[in-house]
Amino acid sequence: MTLTLDAPRIVETRPLLEVHGVSKSYGTVQAVRNVSAHAYPGEVLGIVGESGSGKSTLLRMMNLEEIPETGSYTLDLPDVSGNLFELDRFARRMLCATKIGIVYQNPHLGLLMKHSSSGNVAERLLVAGERSFATLRQAATEALEASEFPLDRLDAPPIELSGGMQQRVQLAKAIALEPALLLLDEPTTGLDVSVQALVLDTLKRLQQDRQITMVIVSHDLGVIRTLADRVMVMRRGEVVETGLADQIFQDPQHPYTQQLVHAKL
Amino acid sequence: MSLSTLTKPWEAMSYGFLDGSAKRELRRKMLKSVAVPGCQMPYASREVPMARGWGTGGLQVSLTLVNPQTRVKVIDQGADDSVNAASIRRFIARVAGTHTTMDTLEADLIQSRHRIPEEILREDQVLVLQVPNPEPLRPVQPNMSIARQMHADADYGRMWLQLYEQIVRSGRVMQGASYPSLVNGRHVMTPSPIPRWDVPKLHMAKHLTILSAGREKRIFAVPPFTRVEPLVFSDVPYKVEGHGHLTCTRSGTTGFFMNEIPQDDGSSAFEVSDSEWGVKTIRAHDGEGESRGETWYKDGEMPQ
Amino acid sequence: MTQVLEIDRLKKGFSLHHLDKDIPAFEDVSFSVAAGEFVLLKGANGAGKSTLLRTLYRSYLPLAGEIRFHSSHGVIDLARAADVDVAHLRRTEIGFVTQFLTARPRVRAEAIVAEPLRLAGWEPEAALDAARKALATFGVKPDLWAAYPTTFSGGEQQKVNLARALILPQKLLMLDEPTASLDANARRALVARLKELKDQGTAMIGVFHHPDDVMHLIDRIVDLTPDAVPQEERDDVAL
Repeated sequence: MTLTLDAPRIVETRPLLEVHGVSKSYGTVQAVRNVSAHAYPGEVLGIVGESGSGKSTLLRMMNLEEIPETGSYTLDLPDVSGNLFELDRFARRMLCATKIGIVYQNPHLGLLMKHSSSGNVAERLLVAGERSFATLRQAATEALEASEFPLDRLDAPPIELSGGMQQRVQLAKAIALEPALLLLDEPTTGLDVSVQALVLDTLKRLQQDRQITMVIVSHDLGVIRTLADRVMVMRRGEVVETGLADQIFQDPQHPYTQQLVHAKL
Repeated sequence: MSLSTLTKPWEAMSYGFLDGSAKRELRRKMLKSVAVPGCQMPYASREVPMARGWGTGGLQVSLTLVNPQTRVKVIDQGADDSVNAASIRRFIARVAGTHTTMDTLEADLIQSRHRIPEEILREDQVLVLQVPNPEPLRPVQPNMSIARQMHADADYGRMWLQLYEQIVRSGRVMQGASYPSLVNGRHVMTPSPIPRWDVPKLHMAKHLTILSAGREKRIFAVPPFTRVEPLVFSDVPYKVEGHGHLTCTRSGTTGFFMNEIPQDDGSSAFEVSDSEWGVKTIRAHDGEGESRGETWYKDGEMPQ
Repeated sequence: MTQVLEIDRLKKGFSLHHLDKDIPAFEDVSFSVAAGEFVLLKGANGAGKSTLLRTLYRSYLPLAGEIRFHSSHGVIDLARAADVDVAHLRRTEIGFVTQFLTARPRVRAEAIVAEPLRLAGWEPEAALDAARKALATFGVKPDLWAAYPTTFSGGEQQKVNLARALILPQKLLMLDEPTASLDANARRALVARLKELKDQGTAMIGVFHHPDDVMHLIDRIVDLTPDAVPQEERDDVAL
């Protein structure tokens, strides 16, 4: 038996993101069961678990794409208050557009494949109300540059780009409005190992330069290990263990986590 | 007792072709669409003896609004004398006993496809525009349920994305006809496929404009004195077609929307698109008196 | 002397669920470290020296006992501190030097070294300057500063690693065999830097296979061999 940890005493800031007691089922399948999670400002929270563990559902809840049956969700930001699950569609859309960025595993979910790459990024600013062409163009270029996207392909549609480049467009779109929270759903799964490393590196750099709070979901422990400060392990819709990343990987407590960590090549 | 004493002479079952309930529905939907400018209202869209897509939406509105005192003008691409315009005009006159006219100034009701006349319309005039595709969001959101949500949320960002793409790909806004416009600061509508030239005429116009799509069963309106603003980037101004300096080869009028007529030598000749304006101009030149009214465009420019 | 760390009856073991087995590492470990003090951990292989360091750093969760750390925010028990507090202390007050560099692709050596400074809020340029100085101290040639250490030899990587780990003076520093695979010059630089930090008041706990290099820095030895004489009585051990 390990010791029970105290509440934070040194860090006095409130978590930026707090999800409390969320549950969601699809028919008879309980996808997420009474899950709570939090992330402090600037922190990278990794969520690991196998397919069907509910980790992606949880992430979609954080992006307000899914509304759980129970539970609450708060973001400690100016002008944001109350349980975000209770927002109406309009407020939800504005919040997601201005405060939250997301990168999906499947670029088709996050991008208009036949529009230009810069247009995809510009859309984010358009939703937020920007109406100057020059500003849009510049902001899109800057965001793509920060995502290390080759600027000579600025107006190429994502459908003509490689998987790694598509993820960079998604990333640029996600960070274009300098969101407080960046959600990453298996951002490197399906990419070549070398491309994967480059995308991870870009993410790491962005995180350091901008101090963005991130939640990253992956079944790839290497990805989580590279990026996360803290890790949450999910299994069958429940959280089985949370801890500092190095602790989870070096001294996993739960049998399932041990199995997961030891199964890593 | 004879048959003639037992029966009445033939008369139409209904007035203006449509039955009472159809007209009542249309009146209600027109009132609704006037109440919420630019917002698309669904309606039943009855059968009329014309194929869907040939102006049935406009025709139903016209048939609902006319009475025997109404003077009706019908134009197709600016012309009163095209087969389509002539047929619709004759049909309305036949089923409702209305007067017909080609003079914009004389008309009480103008049904039009693709143009707004060049002469300024008055408070007592109604413009009915035939609309093929009433949904401005269709190019950016094929799912109509989501498109309706977007209208409800005034979520129009993607309309600008369309413009952005055009500028990025072609260096300028390519949208020619059906230029999406914000009505009364709230709903984006397609003004039917009128050229960019005509959109500013709708802004704060004195007349009522009703836009009706028969095939798509949608009706919407621009009430008098309502803002109609083409969607633009703050730093890329709205531009109408560069017709302001062109002269009509037939009437000699300058500064109006022209039809381009390709010539054998590869050049182009131009004819004024508003045929009645051309006719009036010719009459004035021939000394038959001035019948031209005031126009929206002056010297090829729309006064701000 | 100001205490920095007080370890009280600390116990650590591992439960391997798939083997259904509990492996004890150490128990009942108690000692304390003061500011500017250098404590050497001693013990046979498997006595739990590295395990103890990692437990103090909270890479391992202790099973019982207390690790009272006198942080600038007051005394906090690292055995029970919230993850976020531990993460904060690691960024600001507690350092850990291992023998391995976790190099990331496409990150320049100087950027890797500057990272702790950046996290501590330094301006990018100032951090890079300090990083270059640190690299120079450890004998990394200037033409390698802007290169990616993923391609470096083990020895060069270790120099980058040390430069990074020691760049920010901290209250408590844990050293897990930092001299492995170092050449003589780099060892000298390391010892010099440790001496410097020690003089500035950094408390250090180290595991060294060959402690000769650091012999003159050692104030105290803690023997983790089970049944060893309690360390308090070995304060006077001759080095």
